[in-house]
Amino acid sequence: MKKIISATAVFGITIIVASTSLPVDKATMERGKKVYTKYCVACHQVDGSGVPGLNPPLEKTPHVLGTKTRLIRIVLKGMNTHEEIDGETYSNIMAPHNHLTDQQIADVLTYVRNSFGNKAIVITPGDVKYVRARTK
Amino acid sequence: MRKYFFLPILVVAAWSLNPGNDPGKDIKKKNKAEVENAGLKLPSGFSASILLDSVGKARHIVVTKNGAIYIKLSKLVNGKGILYGRDTDHNGKIDDIKSFGNYIGTGITIKDKFLYASSNDEVFRYELNENEEVVNPEAPQKIITGLVNGRQHNTKSLALDDKGNIYVNIGSPLNSCQVIDRGPGSKGKDPCPILDSAGGIWQFKADQLNQTYKDGIRYATGLRNVMGLDWNYQINELFVVQHGRDQLDMFPEYFTAQQNAVIPAEEMFMIKKGANCGFPYCYFDVQQNKKVLAPEYGGDGKKTTRCEGVEQPIVAFPAHMAPNALLFYTGNLFPAKYKNGAFIAFHGSWNRSPEKQEGFYVAFVPFKNGKPDGPWEVFADGFAGVETVMAPKQAQHRPCGLAQGPDGSLYVSDDVKGTIYKISYKNN
Repeated sequence: MKKIISATAVFGITIIVASTSLPVDKATMERGKKVYTKYCVACHQVDGSGVPGLNPPLEKTPHVLGTKTRLIRIVLKGMNTHEEIDGETYSNIMAPHNHLTDQQIADVLTYVRNSFGNKAIVITPGDVKYVRARTK
Repeated sequence: MRKYFFLPILVVAAWSLNPGNDPGKDIKKKNKAEVENAGLKLPSGFSASILLDSVGKARHIVVTKNGAIYIKLSKLVNGKGILYGRDTDHNGKIDDIKSFGNYIGTGITIKDKFLYASSNDEVFRYELNENEEVVNPEAPQKIITGLVNGRQHNTKSLALDDKGNIYVNIGSPLNSCQVIDRGPGSKGKDPCPILDSAGGIWQFKADQLNQTYKDGIRYATGLRNVMGLDWNYQINELFVVQHGRDQLDMFPEYFTAQQNAVIPAEEMFMIKKGANCGFPYCYFDVQQNKKVLAPEYGGDGKKTTRCEGVEQPIVAFPAHMAPNALLFYTGNLFPAKYKNGAFIAFHGSWNRSPEKQEGFYVAFVPFKNGKPDGPWEVFADGFAGVETVMAPKQAQHRPCGLAQGPDGSLYVSDDVKGTIYKISYKNN
């Protein structure tokens, strides 16, 4: 079971302490990295830092660390909102990647959510299947 | 289970964003200036210094006959998108900055008593006085409006000829005109419908107000995105450097990621009216040294159908290096080989993974009588500040704009940290 301890200081200063959660199983991370290297690395880069002004970073952004559903939907439907992420906008389009299998999407998102300084709970093929069935 | 507690920190953030309250700024400036040649690697006899630092996303620049500089910003600073900087005490540092123009953009240039500047869909001009200062910063003339602004490749580079014409790049809002932009395996739209209003250079009149597409001429087509655009007054022709296509490996049956990293050239063209440079149907393969049919249109890396008769590049640079500015050097400060040659500011690549990224330097192409006269070379390197750039965010500075000073020095802008470099030559 994953534990997050959040400590909040007084007087308007926020400190977030992420726990050292259970490691994601190695095989999932290796499969995820393979998918990342094939389909994601060109734009999002080897260290997840993205390309300033063009392709969003995957380092601790609300999209990556937020709800599973939103993140799975981005992979399935692509992204063309050009919304501001941490003060910067990104002009390139992400194409839908709904040709990837539930397993591939689960693996790559679990990899992304646990690489580049990220820590977030795993995404399972069942999660992807559920969201895919409800995503047009 | 995950919980975050967010409490108001906006007051602190707002305070720290105000540059006027940043006590570290002057110290940082001083430290940087002490680095030899501002950290740049230059040919023997050249030197570089930093004129200005931390001004924001400094894109194209132009220097006046008095040595003042106009800088176009692609993100507003205090609500303004153009900076005018002067070195009032002549100590090699810009100490007086005024700002105006409430729009972001990239293009800026001076021609015959006017300053021309572009947003991402319009072009404005400002009357200049005898010192090339803007007479009325709040009242520009809007000369062109309603241009395609597709977010991708939306910057509007500018050049003017001696006959009262202005040339504007209108980049393709798509990578390769696919049905699904940047979609793996997605076919190209055929014919590519965007070429009516983008993917080329348009010519307008420099002195007429509120021109739209119907008032202009599509001067050249088949150009994916041209940021480097300059008029060569020696032979009176337009020259461009194109950002070539990305992601050939969206078609893995024909291209590996390694092949994508090196094959599709960044092309330099001499453009005559009516030229077709081939995009999106063809790209230039640097290994085969010829135009090849794009995989979106049935290409397999070898076929050349549809590419006969399209404009050939006069220089083919390595893939993905992002030529962001072109400048023909007409000064007398630099050695004779530089006269009338072309400087190109390469912003640096992002689409070369798994290889390391390339570019992040200013290159030079020697010219004679309006034609390349020898191989291109790296002129000023070291902007990135690190030996190897695997991801572009690792680059500390990225060249974006070029300008020539009245003394023949070369100015280079950087849009990462907002640094303005001046490169000079010692005559001895």
